[in-house]
Amino acid sequence: MHVISSPPPDQASAQERLRVALQDGLPLSPRPYQALAQQCGISEQDVIDALQTWEQSRLTRRFGIVINHHKIGYTSNAMVVWEVADSEVNRLGAAISRTGLVSLCYQRRPDGPDWPYNLYCMLHGKSREEVLQRLQRLKTQCGLQDTPCAVLFSLRQYKQCGGRYAHKRPSAPVKEAL
Amino acid sequence: MTAQPTHPHATGRITHDSSDYQLDPVDRRLINTLQIGFPICDEPYAAVASELGISETDLLERLQHLLHTGYLTRFGPFYHAERLGGGLTLAAMQIPAHDVERVTAAINRHAEVAHNYERDHALNLWFVVATEKPEHIDAVLTAIALESGYPVHNLPKQREFYVGLHFQA
Repeated sequence: MHVISSPPPDQASAQERLRVALQDGLPLSPRPYQALAQQCGISEQDVIDALQTWEQSRLTRRFGIVINHHKIGYTSNAMVVWEVADSEVNRLGAAISRTGLVSLCYQRRPDGPDWPYNLYCMLHGKSREEVLQRLQRLKTQCGLQDTPCAVLFSLRQYKQCGGRYAHKRPSAPVKEAL
Repeated sequence: MTAQPTHPHATGRITHDSSDYQLDPVDRRLINTLQIGFPICDEPYAAVASELGISETDLLERLQHLLHTGYLTRFGPFYHAERLGGGLTLAAMQIPAHDVERVTAAINRHAEVAHNYERDHALNLWFVVATEKPEHIDAVLTAIALESGYPVHNLPKQREFYVGLHFQA
């Protein structure tokens, strides 16, 4: 008989119910995990254990608030994309991340001759000038002055809600994406 | 319980038209603290409140108020889409100015579209697609291409170097 590595069905569905319950956010009551437990038909300790396991296995990045960065004054953001040699991606990705000047840094698949960019980062600031100054510092610190790049400032936000990973439809933001 | 000025929301001074509510120093500390993490224990709000030197009631009222006024969009876990077995990609389209509204409406109709931004570039529409199964990404992008009449560039992530979306309030 082979070993079944996935959780038994009832446990799996409890975790699924917990994810669904969390899509609307953590209840704002003194014992939020108990409130979730009641919704899911499990114990408070089960909820706490599940969340700790998710965190340890890095199923969740973190637990906390999603802020509307526009509202606290970070109204300017630029996605900066670089065309770097494949052999340099890891070094530059790490270097950019270390500067503390960017919010995100990803390697992405380039898309033909019109879009050769493979290294992406996001710069946030309270004005366009601040973002451009950050970009200048980034270039200097990482030796990116001569690297082909494009700077894409956001003009309008048409939608910002959530990715859905559980079988229900209200919001659960994916902030990790650019 | 530390004696602290009651939050305006609790006093009823700000109830409905709170769109121009200004953060006070406690709100700022709260936002800066809770972007980093949240305890997983029996009474997590009490733990955070004591760290911030306010009462649990004050903290809960502030959170409610910040959600209500739109400073916070949500409070809960952030998942690693890929580790959950979901699909996630960044997509881009080049849309002429006169057609941006129509195409945006077509894109946003899809529940799988999480973010959608217009950016200052020939490739002007940028959106994130998150699906429950990785193989659904193509279906969503194909549907958007058909509905809009324009090609969609699929720019999946190959490696993540850094995610640190923290903003100092």
